[in-house]
Amino acid sequence: MSALLGALAQFEPVEQPQLFAARQLQALSLGFHIIIVCFAITFPAMTMFAEWRWLRTGDRLYRTIAHRWSRIMVVLFAVGAVSGTILSFEFGILWPEFMATFGDVFGVSFALEGYAFFIEAIFIAIYLYGWDRLPPKVHFLTGIPVVIGGTASAYFVIAVNGWMNEPVGFTIDANGEVTDINTWAVLTGNSFMWHELAHMLLAGVMVAGFLLGTVYAWCWLKGARTRYHRTAATIALSFATIATPLQLIAGDAAGQYIAANQPVKLAAAEALEETTANAPFSLGGIVVDGELEYAIEIPDLLSLLAFRNPNATVQGLDSVPPEDQPPVNVVHLAFDTMVMIGTALAGLALWWGLAWWRRKQPPQSRWFWRFAVAAGPASVVALIAGWIVTEVGRQPWIVYEVMRTEDAVTAADGIGVLYAVMVVVYALLGTATLFVLARLARRPLPGQSPGGEDDPAGLVAASASSPGAASPSSVGAS
Amino acid sequence: MSVAEACAVVLFTGISAYALFGGADFGVGFWDLFAGDARKGAEQRAFIERAMGPVWEANHVWLIFALVILWTCFPEVFPAVMSTLWIPLSFAIVGIMLRGSAYAFRKEISGLEWKRRFGAVFALSSVLTPFFFGAVAGAIASGRVPLGNAAGDPWASWINPTSMVGGTLAVAVCAFMGALFLAHDADSFGTHHLAEQFRSRALGTAVVTGLIAALGAVVLVADEDGWVFGSEPSGSFVDGLTGRAVPLLVLSAVAGVATIVLVWRRRYSPARLAGGAAVLAVIWGWAFGQYPDMLPGVVTIEDAAGVNSTLVGTLVSVGVGAVLLVPALTWLYVLMQRGVFVAPVEGEDLSAVEQAMGGAADRTDEATSHDR
Repeated sequence: MSALLGALAQFEPVEQPQLFAARQLQALSLGFHIIIVCFAITFPAMTMFAEWRWLRTGDRLYRTIAHRWSRIMVVLFAVGAVSGTILSFEFGILWPEFMATFGDVFGVSFALEGYAFFIEAIFIAIYLYGWDRLPPKVHFLTGIPVVIGGTASAYFVIAVNGWMNEPVGFTIDANGEVTDINTWAVLTGNSFMWHELAHMLLAGVMVAGFLLGTVYAWCWLKGARTRYHRTAATIALSFATIATPLQLIAGDAAGQYIAANQPVKLAAAEALEETTANAPFSLGGIVVDGELEYAIEIPDLLSLLAFRNPNATVQGLDSVPPEDQPPVNVVHLAFDTMVMIGTALAGLALWWGLAWWRRKQPPQSRWFWRFAVAAGPASVVALIAGWIVTEVGRQPWIVYEVMRTEDAVTAADGIGVLYAVMVVVYALLGTATLFVLARLARRPLPGQSPGGEDDPAGLVAASASSPGAASPSSVGAS
Repeated sequence: MSVAEACAVVLFTGISAYALFGGADFGVGFWDLFAGDARKGAEQRAFIERAMGPVWEANHVWLIFALVILWTCFPEVFPAVMSTLWIPLSFAIVGIMLRGSAYAFRKEISGLEWKRRFGAVFALSSVLTPFFFGAVAGAIASGRVPLGNAAGDPWASWINPTSMVGGTLAVAVCAFMGALFLAHDADSFGTHHLAEQFRSRALGTAVVTGLIAALGAVVLVADEDGWVFGSEPSGSFVDGLTGRAVPLLVLSAVAGVATIVLVWRRRYSPARLAGGAAVLAVIWGWAFGQYPDMLPGVVTIEDAAGVNSTLVGTLVSVGVGAVLLVPALTWLYVLMQRGVFVAPVEGEDLSAVEQAMGGAADRTDEATSHDR
């Protein structure tokens, strides 16, 4: 991630120092938050799935998984809450002109997001503190508002991001003033958000599933293959496996939509300098003096993907003046990274799915588990890369074809100092989060603790012989 | 009441809720900071964790609520405030980040050393954050925030007498409410020796808060007349404060005295209500003091308001939100007040709370064995 952000920094022309600092700070803050958000959306669902299995089967193994996960969930929720709060300050501190001009156009969406987040915060507290204190079924049900709240939050926030890409619900009069504001249009009238929402929700499932999978794959390679580890890995990787092929479909839909509605972004993503019929799909390469060099080109594929027609004409960057073009190399690199990681993850998901389909157990090859260790961090890189595609690909506009980012930025001097401070704060926060999570993960399982409880479910007994624990059909039912 | 004024009422309601619930939370952190060394303070700290555990996150959503209402309904005021006051707000956001995460980390981590490190961060940022928020409130109230993109003085806007009064008063109010809240909870959980400790703190901070408020009033007047350092304020805040807001200030003083009497007599439940009333009266005194202005001497509520359809939309969304949130919040607080979350639990791998809640004894043990 930092490498990608570094690349972003290199390619950006520096016009105003505070614009540079403001963009870097905003990128850092959003890039941090978006990773945590994946867990806010998905983790409650996975935890509830484990709890539901417990309620259905009475197998306390599932309860242990759910309970341990719920504590991780709460730590991540706290980090997400603070990193999200910071964002609402930064909107005003960094982009006052944007907020002053459009605050009342998209504001209601954020108000609704506030309530969704509130619901999430209330019920996550009840869920965590309610273990053993509420009747089991009631406790399970208190998880549902958490999932709904998280999903709804994503919808409201992405509605605003979709609106920044496809601004609706206002007109600009002769004096340049924003008038005829229809505040609900942000939520209902912009069709940009739907593919973004699907793409983001699925990304959330993939990141949370693969990252958890990384932890259990690591344990697997270290020889920890108890029923506990196996079941937890199965839930996490199965969630990710179901989401991955759907993500390819959602990504394809996004590409088609962008091709028709924001062609410059697609042109930047594919480093397509000139408007071309039979446009090739370019992998890799770098744009030097307006020419894409060293790229692997697959003839006609971009036209085919974008318009379902190999002869279709795809708009190039030259369809807009140079000052309206996004920084092509950043977007192209990010896009390729996302596509390649996504494809690799689809391969891993296929491997996992085939193993379960044919043998009803996880793949035994050490290579699978090595790849699974890498899959979590890779999915995070893909997430950040995808987000760079949509955000940097929209540049130089903060509100597409309406307001430029450089016209939105604060006039205050010294934002660079804030940026430097926040780099340190985020580094500390990220390190501390990982540290605490690692400590939580190392807590002994119930059966392992000295003088611990009984181990009726064989939680820690290695058991290739108890295949009933998590059948693929039950996982698939999620 | 116009639609714009209704939105201003919603805004100040959000600020009030944040001041009450978030303020008590900050105050609890204040007492965590001054609970003494790891060994002496162990019992108080464990109780503090237990008392605020389930609600601390919900308490801080009010801040986001107030910000969103501000930028949606008064779109030019929000960026004006944020861009001019970006320095104190930066301190505040760093404080928020460190505080919230350190609190969660401390709760989940085991081992005294790390609990102490995270605890120190949590407690220190609990004191700094309200100070900077108070300074921001003072900057706004004294009319030092003009409209426009970073149009105000980045330093003098918040380093001035009124802001310093605001910051100090905010910390004092938080400490007072935190002590009150803890005394009440300790009493209702039957830990009377803790209740006594927090009772004396509540009494002490109530007196200090009252003194700061009285002294502060003098400073505000002096500041408005330009007697002291700092840029000339443009505000009509003090005029309003000594005019139409007087009944509220009187109410605040009466409620403050009543709180002291009630705490003295160990009547914690009514004391909590009276203390809350005293704080609310100050917040609404500020609101009425600067009425009809949104930024005193700069722009009125009516002129600052966004378009009507958005204002109406916001009010509708607040109604919808209330329908969803009020039952949920009520349930959370009822569960807490009934002690559901602190009931002893049977069964294996005692839950997250156990460590935090039953922590007093363990913690003292740990302290004995590991502490220098």
